[in-house]
Amino acid sequence: MQDSGLRIHLAASATGGENANGAGAAAVLAAGIGCFVLGALAVLADKSTAVKNRMIFSRPTGPLSGVTTLAIAAWLLAWMVLHLCWRRKEIALGPALGAAFVLLALSLLLAFPPLADWL
Amino acid sequence: MEITTRGLWTLIHGMGFGGLYLLAGSGALVELYRRYGNRVNSSGADQSDRFLRVYLIAMAALAWLAVLTGTYIIYPWYRATPPAGTVDLHGFPQRLLMASPQTVGWHALGMEWKEHVAWLAPIAVTMAAAVVGQYGRGLQEHKALRRAVICFLWVSLAAAGVAGFFGAMLNKNAPVEGGATIRLTAGG
Repeated sequence: MQDSGLRIHLAASATGGENANGAGAAAVLAAGIGCFVLGALAVLADKSTAVKNRMIFSRPTGPLSGVTTLAIAAWLLAWMVLHLCWRRKEIALGPALGAAFVLLALSLLLAFPPLADWL
Repeated sequence: MEITTRGLWTLIHGMGFGGLYLLAGSGALVELYRRYGNRVNSSGADQSDRFLRVYLIAMAALAWLAVLTGTYIIYPWYRATPPAGTVDLHGFPQRLLMASPQTVGWHALGMEWKEHVAWLAPIAVTMAAAVVGQYGRGLQEHKALRRAVICFLWVSLAAAGVAGFFGAMLNKNAPVEGGATIRLTAGG
């Protein structure tokens, strides 16, 4: 009886069900990835004329259209993939949220023009 | 009293979507701290959960509308290139700002920062709405996740604040104007 109780507990840890932290971690990490891609593409488009020209998805808006469209696409794709992998799992939040914060911080730095110009 | 269509769109983008987002942001943070700071088992918990979910979805909608109108409606007017030989740059805000060393910083720092950092807001608040929507009151059991959501919301609010401040200052130094004129009231 005690053995079956332990087995149920272990199964719940591996697949945490509806309230597992995996889905939330996927959303947070994907947001960090999306923000970072935005900052990185903005700098790349600023530094390279070839990249800048490729980012013009809408001529009136210019390179900003491509930078933001690709960042949103990267964010949604990362979210979808991570969600499918983690949605029912209890995962170690430390590395996932840590990575999300690092990516968010980098995106803030990359979006700040004086720092981006310095790179 | 008159307003041009470009001026009206700038108003809708900045004071409408952007301003409302900033106002709503502080409310969302207060509610998240209040809700998850203490264990609440009131009978109105379900209704309160639903309210917060709808509130965050509305904030996400405001953030998306703000960046989309800014990027695809107003920004093209801002960065329009004047025909060769144009002397009066008032219909070309970016060129007007860049024409003077006293105002070039508003473009080089202000617009260059605003146009990118503003996009962090809809990403962050959409994530917050999704996580709160997924877990509801169950987020109380996930302290690290809850802190991450609140941190991203703070960043989204800061990003919107930077965008709002520079938007207002850019429009003060080089207003986006033009298009048809809408008469609001006849002269007194």
